[in-house]
Amino acid sequence: MKPNFLRALIWVLCLPAAPAWAQDADAPIQQLLQEHAKVIAKSSRKTIGPAIDALAASGLPEAKTVLERWQAKDMWYGKEDGLFVFAEKVDRKTLRIFDVSDGSEIGTVDPKTHKQLKPNSGIRGLIGAALVQFQLNDPDPAARLTALDAIERDANASHLTALRGAIENEPDDRIRARKMRLERLLTIRFGTDDAERIAAIDSFESDLGVDVRATLNPLIESRLEVAKEAPAGYDVLRVLQPGSEDLTRAAAHALLVESGFSAPVITRDDKRAALIANIRNGSVGGVQVADLNTDAARDLAYAELARAGAVDAVATAADIDAALAAHVFFERVVGAPPLVAHAALEALEAIETRVAMARTADLLLDGMSLASIYFLAAIGLAITFGVMGVINMAHGEFIMMGAYTGYVVQLLIPDYTVSILVALPLAFAVTFGAGVAMERLVIRWLYHRPLETLLATFGISIALQQIAKNIFGTQARPLTSPDWLDGSLIVNDIVSISYIRIAIFILALLFLALFLFLMNRTRLGLEVRAVTQNPRMAGSVGINPDRINMLTFGLGSGIAGIAGVAIGLYAKVTSEMGQDYIVQSFMTVVVGGVGNIWGTLVGATMVGFLQKGIEWMNPSNTLAAQTYMILFIILFIQFRPRGIIALKGRAAEA
Amino acid sequence: MTDAVLSQPSRSPFAMRHPSVLVFLVVLGLFTVAITVLSEGFGLGMISTSFVKTLGKTLCLCLVALAMDLVWGYCGILSLGHMAFFGIGGYAIGMWLMYERTRLIVVDSLAAAELPPTVQEISDGIATQIFGVVGASEFPPIWAVAHSLPLQLAAVVLVPGLLALIFGWLAFRSRVTGVYLSILTQAMTLALSLYLFQNDSGLRGNNGLSGLQNLPGLDDLPQSIVSVWFFWASALALGAGYLFCAWLVSGKFGSVIRAIRDDEARVRFLGYPVEGFKLLVFSVTAIIAGIAGALYYPQAGIINPAEIAPIASIYLAVWVAIGGRGRLYGAVIGAAFVSLLSTWFTGGQAPDLVLGPLVVQWVDWWTVLLGLSFVAVTLFAPKGIGGLFDLIADRRSPNRHGAALGPDPGALREREASE
Repeated sequence: MKPNFLRALIWVLCLPAAPAWAQDADAPIQQLLQEHAKVIAKSSRKTIGPAIDALAASGLPEAKTVLERWQAKDMWYGKEDGLFVFAEKVDRKTLRIFDVSDGSEIGTVDPKTHKQLKPNSGIRGLIGAALVQFQLNDPDPAARLTALDAIERDANASHLTALRGAIENEPDDRIRARKMRLERLLTIRFGTDDAERIAAIDSFESDLGVDVRATLNPLIESRLEVAKEAPAGYDVLRVLQPGSEDLTRAAAHALLVESGFSAPVITRDDKRAALIANIRNGSVGGVQVADLNTDAARDLAYAELARAGAVDAVATAADIDAALAAHVFFERVVGAPPLVAHAALEALEAIETRVAMARTADLLLDGMSLASIYFLAAIGLAITFGVMGVINMAHGEFIMMGAYTGYVVQLLIPDYTVSILVALPLAFAVTFGAGVAMERLVIRWLYHRPLETLLATFGISIALQQIAKNIFGTQARPLTSPDWLDGSLIVNDIVSISYIRIAIFILALLFLALFLFLMNRTRLGLEVRAVTQNPRMAGSVGINPDRINMLTFGLGSGIAGIAGVAIGLYAKVTSEMGQDYIVQSFMTVVVGGVGNIWGTLVGATMVGFLQKGIEWMNPSNTLAAQTYMILFIILFIQFRPRGIIALKGRAAEA
Repeated sequence: MTDAVLSQPSRSPFAMRHPSVLVFLVVLGLFTVAITVLSEGFGLGMISTSFVKTLGKTLCLCLVALAMDLVWGYCGILSLGHMAFFGIGGYAIGMWLMYERTRLIVVDSLAAAELPPTVQEISDGIATQIFGVVGASEFPPIWAVAHSLPLQLAAVVLVPGLLALIFGWLAFRSRVTGVYLSILTQAMTLALSLYLFQNDSGLRGNNGLSGLQNLPGLDDLPQSIVSVWFFWASALALGAGYLFCAWLVSGKFGSVIRAIRDDEARVRFLGYPVEGFKLLVFSVTAIIAGIAGALYYPQAGIINPAEIAPIASIYLAVWVAIGGRGRLYGAVIGAAFVSLLSTWFTGGQAPDLVLGPLVVQWVDWWTVLLGLSFVAVTLFAPKGIGGLFDLIADRRSPNRHGAALGPDPGALREREASE
């Protein structure tokens, strides 16, 4: 530090008129900066590393502030003395400078006497990385969490040491757990000792986190290689057979060609081009051009050309077979030392098993949620179709009416919670009214003619759909769920279920309970059952069958309206949404067994799980899933025409 | 089997016993001649080519409505899948049309190349042309016989027939009847259209098959001529179909299927193989629908899975119901009347209806009117438009003073009671 000190001394002696100086050139931080003054002043991302590392590793309390101010472009250095200061520009002529060691004000100077350090974004990134270790020990837990987030996003080897140093003094248990987990992840990535890396890898065998897999996957990175003999080394991950799922014959041969073990194959187009290029007097390789209209003739001509040396030889099918048989294909690990790679492979396999189990659980949840949606859509139908035997093809349109009611209510009442609470009973009222009107005007004239009921309700369905289209347009309308239904219940990285689906599930259960209570415990239910079984007898004991039919049909329609609100929250509201559910709803009721609510429940469960199951087998294609599901149901009805839970005895005859 | 059993000594000719058939054929013939004379291609040019096509398409719709009437009006099976068979027929002929036309184009373009094309090159070229839109370049197995017109024509008949046979056998043998059968057929239609909507179904997904109006090898022929050809073919098919259906329902076979419609159990107890009869009617009508589709789509020019959607089959039922089911000319009148009216209303040509401050634009409200009038027909005029002919012919049903006709009220058509 002597030359600097001398320089400062000279400075003092030569310029007695200089502004006030209380700058401590001897402070350890200043000395450290001076030691790296050249690279700091040069400000190049390539060379700055040692300077930042030295600051970060110095252990000086001021180092954090210096790094922060440097990053914020607040650090300047004197053109004459080379001393670093913090500075802020007061105006064009004045620069207020502060000491780097304690931040005390030194005074104001002319900006021309100092030069600002302007670290570029690359350097600022390096400084940020270095700052992380200070933030890891920050008294504010939020700052520590931010630092952990930063490391997770973009980690480097230096963080490992910083993190290890920050674990012991961590007061918060949860943050410490997170730090320890991150430390193990970083050990896997940057650890120098194979044993500690393997230990860290083994500790993650039951962890489903995506970050774990992202850390482990690069370790088992491998390169496909080919040789005459299988190598014996431990770095061979596995041996592959050409023509298997992981290595096609074409890929294997391409590797052989690349390694020079076999002649290339030529594409049909290239062969054609080569032949065209060698047409001489209307023939190629002794074959007339007009005869070259088969692949065999072209192969012959090409082979002739190759013999004459006009084109490169290509491998024939026999050559390829021989070359493939003569070589061994294997994967060599390149991502990590072999031992680590094998440990990572084992860990990944263990994780994969657990992931598969979690996926199954997730699939079951999905299936259950879909089942509850189908159940909700079908429960109204279970009343009108199942109990009364009325085919209502406009049932889907009642669902749509309920959903649009919810949409209109949301337009009028901006608070989503209140609007949902208003929309549910209102949707019931609207569709109850529509159902009663339809029963009075149309259906009651057709009770003995089920096919004509079906046709008439089709007519109503077409009309209602078009009316909705005319009023609300073809565009999908949103039905927004209240805040407390947003988001999902997250069990782990794979298993999660949105709150709306849970709400629909609960709603479905509520309706099941309501239905059971209504049918089995109330006077209305008793009368409904009586009228369904024998309307004349019921009439003769003082029940008004007309009134009961009207109420029952209204009830079934009203439930469809509520289902519409629930479905609207989960899917989009369009004039055609009813169509999406009507066939499935009928299927649900028929598969389950007409006239039995438990049958509808079982039917919905079966249809929901089945659809999710088929989607899982063929995830790219939900259309195919629906197709196969319908085919399955058609076949299923062959074997149980009366559904899963068939009514027996007198009830079945009604 | 019908004539041998029923032949009587004083049996008059078929046409005499069923004057409506003769009338229908004469009207159809006169109509065909009139359109030909007025068309652009062969006559005075007073009717545009596109209208000739519309009329030709309407004749095909009448044919499929006949099939629907046979299966529903006479046999009591409310099938919501006959438009699927119609669509299958269209796809079957469309595959050949598209393949052959593309092949001619590809061969044409390859003929200029230095080397004569190989079979493989031609096939690859066609596949790339046809399946480029769905990101494939190889022929799916379903196109195996697309190069052959006779085989694809056989497919027009066989595929709907076999599908109906298999589906019907499954459904009828497990005694699925009435509304359950309707829903099941609707599910089949839905499954088929969803399947065709996929890009990897091998039939170009929702792009469908297009350019079907161009006959391969006849590029020089103007559409005005081709449209009249197809019009003739459609008229011929409708006439033949009408004659066939009339013959089918006139004899003992017709009596049996009407009996099945009215009381299936009783017919079964009388010893008739009900399932066999139903299966035969279902399959035969599916074949008629397939033929109608094969004539319809070359005139429409394009077919896509939306044409097969369940709603199309529902409209078919609507036509037959409005026309009057249980009588063949009713189905034809219903299909022609409603589909032409639909074209007129949805084409934007109909004047707006002004109701005070409310202006009803028919493009938007026609479907509503159709749906509601369908309800009205079901409720108040189960005989449909065809019922008007009864008034003219003074063939009112006998007045039975309100007594029910059969075991199931409303099941029996009164007309049969008079026969």
